[in-house]
Amino acid sequence: MGGSTVPQTITLEVARYRPEQESEPSFDRFEVPFRDDWVVLDALNYIKDRQDGTLSYRWSCRMGVCGSCGMMVNGEPTLTCATFLSQYASSSAPVRVEPLSNFPVIRDLVIEMSDFMEKLKSVKAWILRDREKPVSEGEYLQTPEQLDGYKQYSMCINCMLCYAACPVYGLDPLFTGPAAIALAQRYNMDSRDEGSGERMDILSRDDGIWACTFVGECSEVCPKNVDPAGAIQRYKLSATLDWFGSILAPWSGR
Amino acid sequence: MDVTGYDVLIVGGGGAGLRAAIAVAETDPRLSVAVVSKVYPMRSHTVSAEGGAAAVIKPDDSLDDHAYDTISGGDWLSDQDAVEAFVREAPAEMLRLEHWGCPWSREPDGHVAVRPFGGMKKERTWFAADKTGFHMLHALFQTSLKYDPVTRYDECFVTRLLVDDGRVQGVVAIELMTGRVRAITARAVILATGGCGRIFPFTTNANIKNGDGMALAYRVGVPLKDMEFVQYHPTGLPFTGILITEAARSEGGHLLNKDGYRYLQDYDLGKPQPKPALRSMELGPRDRLSQAFVKEHERGRTIEGPYGPVVHLDLRHLGAKVINSRIPFVRELCLKYQNIDPIHEMIPVRPVLHYMMGGVHTDIDGATPMEGLFAAGEAACVSINGANRLGSNSLTECLVFGARAGRSAAAFAAQGKPPSHAVVAQAMDENARLEAQYLRKTGGKESIAGIRDEMQKAVEDGAGIYRTGAALEEAAGKLRRLQERYADIRLDDHSRTFNTELTSAIELSYMLDVAETIVGCALQRRESRGAHQRTDFAARDDAHYLAHSLVRRGQDGSPQVEYLPVVVTRWPPAERVYGR
Repeated sequence: MGGSTVPQTITLEVARYRPEQESEPSFDRFEVPFRDDWVVLDALNYIKDRQDGTLSYRWSCRMGVCGSCGMMVNGEPTLTCATFLSQYASSSAPVRVEPLSNFPVIRDLVIEMSDFMEKLKSVKAWILRDREKPVSEGEYLQTPEQLDGYKQYSMCINCMLCYAACPVYGLDPLFTGPAAIALAQRYNMDSRDEGSGERMDILSRDDGIWACTFVGECSEVCPKNVDPAGAIQRYKLSATLDWFGSILAPWSGR
Repeated sequence: MDVTGYDVLIVGGGGAGLRAAIAVAETDPRLSVAVVSKVYPMRSHTVSAEGGAAAVIKPDDSLDDHAYDTISGGDWLSDQDAVEAFVREAPAEMLRLEHWGCPWSREPDGHVAVRPFGGMKKERTWFAADKTGFHMLHALFQTSLKYDPVTRYDECFVTRLLVDDGRVQGVVAIELMTGRVRAITARAVILATGGCGRIFPFTTNANIKNGDGMALAYRVGVPLKDMEFVQYHPTGLPFTGILITEAARSEGGHLLNKDGYRYLQDYDLGKPQPKPALRSMELGPRDRLSQAFVKEHERGRTIEGPYGPVVHLDLRHLGAKVINSRIPFVRELCLKYQNIDPIHEMIPVRPVLHYMMGGVHTDIDGATPMEGLFAAGEAACVSINGANRLGSNSLTECLVFGARAGRSAAAFAAQGKPPSHAVVAQAMDENARLEAQYLRKTGGKESIAGIRDEMQKAVEDGAGIYRTGAALEEAAGKLRRLQERYADIRLDDHSRTFNTELTSAIELSYMLDVAETIVGCALQRRESRGAHQRTDFAARDDAHYLAHSLVRRGQDGSPQVEYLPVVVTRWPPAERVYGR
């Protein structure tokens, strides 16, 4: 950026795909005003409001917490509401905006993500207990240290950037994937939960934790520093210990 | 046409909608439940709530204290029977969420921690750092996955309520992925669609907050209540409108004018204390703080920024440790969106439209006057919030009244009648209307963005923080003309698949209807109370207006207002006192 003048406009190259009209995706170019405080999503909204009302994409909160607006920007999975245009201003090449990789595309920048919704359910991402305590008995005590043990994994906003970055998911859509495993681990590590055994039965299948080859891209792109790769590694470790436990001490039960 | 039927159908998958769904499933597991949401539920705007959720839990607190704070905070427009039920049921609701895994911040001994909040005289606001709504929503959503009777219709956009024989019997919805129009019938329907902040130009509210449920109810003759009461939150980031949570002030943040002076002391909100004092100064109620900003600007003591006047929120004296542990999201948002670090710099802030006190008129059980129709959360007006909501009461309201609406809808559905044949014909009509009015429409010269911008300006000019009869009249006239111009809207997208131009156009029509009710109610209420300040009627007038506005759509489409007395149980109207 140093020394170069601030541009007046910036060009976006936006992936289009309208399944009712065309069989192949293509790109449209749009020139929008360049503003220092605009994020990529602001540019898309400018296009939709003033240049082409047919452009389709998801967005909602514009503050990086609803998880709707993940897209590929110049090939990187990003939240478009948290990615400033200024970061691309030094280059004369257009900013390329595409739907998140590794997902089927419904239209334009909108991906089909019901697969994740199914996976979230399959890993039982909720508190499991043998007996639920009545509300009249008050809260489960949980120290700040216990909270810290799982808090990071609870920060997942389900934005799907990690799936877009994951080469394993790209090759094998059956892979449970980073966010769902991190959320399973979030409950495993919660002191109120008693369901880690039940979840282990699900996640130790072939398309669960073992499919991960620890590329670590998921943790690189996570906008909330959830570190799914770390969650998966920890999970593998406890699964291994479980397995040793089961062959060395079969009488101990689980 | 695809017709599917359920016992209870919930429109909206945020805090209130999901709590209602779980309540139905737990009340009567034989009942089938559909949650129809225009976004995936975890995208709902509950996700953006930051500071916390109020419920009495500590030994020094009492239900009466919470009730009094809520009622005085609402400038005596709250229904006191509803407030009493609310504060009584709040603690169990919050505990239930704890049992469902919400990661509440804790005391060193493991008990749930609470923090102070504006207008509350005791510390009773539970929090999950400063992402409380996010954690509550995800805990509710993930918990809801385990209830098999709950079927979700994610990304289905409701365009109409089906009503026959005076009874709500379902909805018509567009499935966004395919564009298919569905009729989903039900014995009971709960509206939990949130508020309508997008009617205003500068708001904390997400793009999805378009008053859908309010407009759907209004269009079938159900009254909206107290629509003139809209809340400006005093601390939004300029340009983006991103909320800087009240928790920043409850942790000790100061509001400073251009001279570095804590100006709130000049507005009958108490005197500066070294530590945050409850119900005082920066911990005063939101309506009074936002009004003080306007007065301070009139005195020429705000700071001119690129997006208009601002004041400064100063957190520097709190230090890195408090900021990083108690309000980390504030720092994240400032760094990412404002390019400033609140550990070292002051945050520019200005009032920003945040919340609707008004909504679909319901009773204490979430029931509207129409048989089979219920509402909860920001979409509803019970009313516990009166003329001004206290921070941290709305998340709790989603739980308490979401559960209440769920239980009453379950009871109604168990007794209710199956849908009549007439509604299927109605659904076909609606399909034909969508085709003619939108999908096959040609010509037209008005743009969605153009009408939306003009609507937002009209509403802010007329029904902003301070209002006058003349300005409101002008806004009402502009909105009428915008309604007419809407008929000439131009649509370029005629495809079925994920047509967001279509949904934006329908959302705009919802917002225009709701905007008219806001302005209409504000025009009729010739007094000043809470968030409704009329400079031409500057005093509160209990003799005439200790009453809720009920607005219905008249024959000519214009809003017709009448009044319903406020329920007073134990707290007769009195002066609102803060800081003295």
